[in-house]
Amino acid sequence: MDITFEKVGYTYQKGTPFQNKALYDIDLHIKEGSFTALVGHTGSGKSTVLQHLNALMKPSEGTVTIGDRVITSQSNNKNLKGIRKKVGIVFQFPESQLFEETVAKDIAFGPKNFGATEEEGIALAKRMLPIVGLDESYMERSPFDLSGGQMRRVAIAGVLAMEPEVLVLDEPTAGLDPQGRKEMMDMFYRLYRTQGLTIILVTHQMDDVANYADHMVVLEKGTVIKEGAPKDVFKDAAWLESKQLGVPATVSFGSLLSQKTGLVFNGLPLTTADLADEIAKALKQQPNDSKAGDAE
Amino acid sequence: MMDKLIFGRYIPGDSWIHKLDPRAKLLSTVIFIGIIFLANNWQTYLLLLLFALTAIGLSTIKLSFFINGIKPLIWLILFTVVLQVLFTGGSTVYFDWGPIIVSREGLLNGVFIFCRFVLIIFMSTLLTLTTMPLSLTDAIEYLLRPLKVVKVPVYEIALMLSIALRFVPTLMDETEKIMNAQRARGVDFGEGNIFQQMKAIVPILIPLFVSSFNRAEELATAMEARGYKGGEGRTKYRQLEWVSRDTTAMMAYALLTVGLVVLRN
Repeated sequence: MDITFEKVGYTYQKGTPFQNKALYDIDLHIKEGSFTALVGHTGSGKSTVLQHLNALMKPSEGTVTIGDRVITSQSNNKNLKGIRKKVGIVFQFPESQLFEETVAKDIAFGPKNFGATEEEGIALAKRMLPIVGLDESYMERSPFDLSGGQMRRVAIAGVLAMEPEVLVLDEPTAGLDPQGRKEMMDMFYRLYRTQGLTIILVTHQMDDVANYADHMVVLEKGTVIKEGAPKDVFKDAAWLESKQLGVPATVSFGSLLSQKTGLVFNGLPLTTADLADEIAKALKQQPNDSKAGDAE
Repeated sequence: MMDKLIFGRYIPGDSWIHKLDPRAKLLSTVIFIGIIFLANNWQTYLLLLLFALTAIGLSTIKLSFFINGIKPLIWLILFTVVLQVLFTGGSTVYFDWGPIIVSREGLLNGVFIFCRFVLIIFMSTLLTLTTMPLSLTDAIEYLLRPLKVVKVPVYEIALMLSIALRFVPTLMDETEKIMNAQRARGVDFGEGNIFQQMKAIVPILIPLFVSSFNRAEELATAMEARGYKGGEGRTKYRQLEWVSRDTTAMMAYALLTVGLVVLRN
């Protein structure tokens, strides 16, 4: 399911003195089966864009096309459920959306709203728990007895249980420890690889963008200022710095290394594995330098 | 949803009204609501209306804003007015049908009640639009001070008020966030019959309560860690200052009251 934005603009509290233009002139195309990262400085409109992805907000100007549904400012609010089922959103700190007595019921809540029976919902919950890294023993526990990280897993399972085609993640790893962050990102990547989910990730972690995304959109002050493959966008480190964004640690280390040692890399190393390969290749081409390095 | 709510908002500004001492503003709003009941003929209502419009003019906030403030309450106002019109007996009867009587007095009463509502909303909106919530709490604390004599914990009340006010926008944001999250999980708000609508509130209320508990605990810990021990023996960062401007405002109210007493029947 493709999502397309055409000339989308959004104004908060239109027609009041508190009017605030959050988005303008956004053209965006999210292909089915892609892993898109949405980055931008705080207040650049990322979260507003995100709420347009499943019609929680209707654009003030322009059109948003989600699958075969076209959403404009005139669109009727009824029958948006179909869209919501297909586009699941994991909001920032999703643990705050838990409310049921047991984990199983909470996970089943979404599917039940879309017409599943209680049993189907519970069965889905049972299937979803291992995917987010919890086991069946959690089914009957109260979500409020769990730790923060576990609560977040349950909340994510609740969204996954709706079996969406598109998964939107708003800083899913904020406030997690490094281990938890890696586990969670790996989990999303696995879903993307194995189940063909389309993933849209809003994040400040450039390392995550480099490691997982295949497409990248940079927002500033409410509009798209750059779009492309991470490899291309991260090339211009100075430009990104000027937009108050950084580059992944691998990219900055790589460029520092080639500056200091004169090693030449063929491509831009995005992941640690890439960087290691590039270094190994570059060293092979310059055996003398590498020996000098060993001696020191 | 919350976008439409104008009552209780603050618009930053630098007008004469904005700069008034919050105590003066709070006191005058209370006085205004009190003396509005002195008015009982069209001259007095005209005087009050002129007074309110002057105050609004001094605040340099658009009048349309105040009229918007009435909109959410318009049905309540009209309901009261209609009841007044239909059920007030009097000497000059225009229409009589069983218990329903439309009389001259009834019509007049209806118009007066409408004016009263509008004036009260104008003035209280003026107060909230031009006064920062925190200054308002300071004013409440100051004005409640005499109650200390009868052992009312004024300081604690003021503290609770300022914390409550501080967290209103935070909780609004949180509500909106949770609502969005639940809508994304397929909840429909404002649809279906009354029971379905009430059931749809549960997934918002419970998370909201839980997060309020957590927030309260965190806030209490943070306050203690910063050396908060209780109300007595604290100094104040924001000092209220009563200047000639505030005395002028109170004088204006005194004149208004005299005017009303003179003009009323």
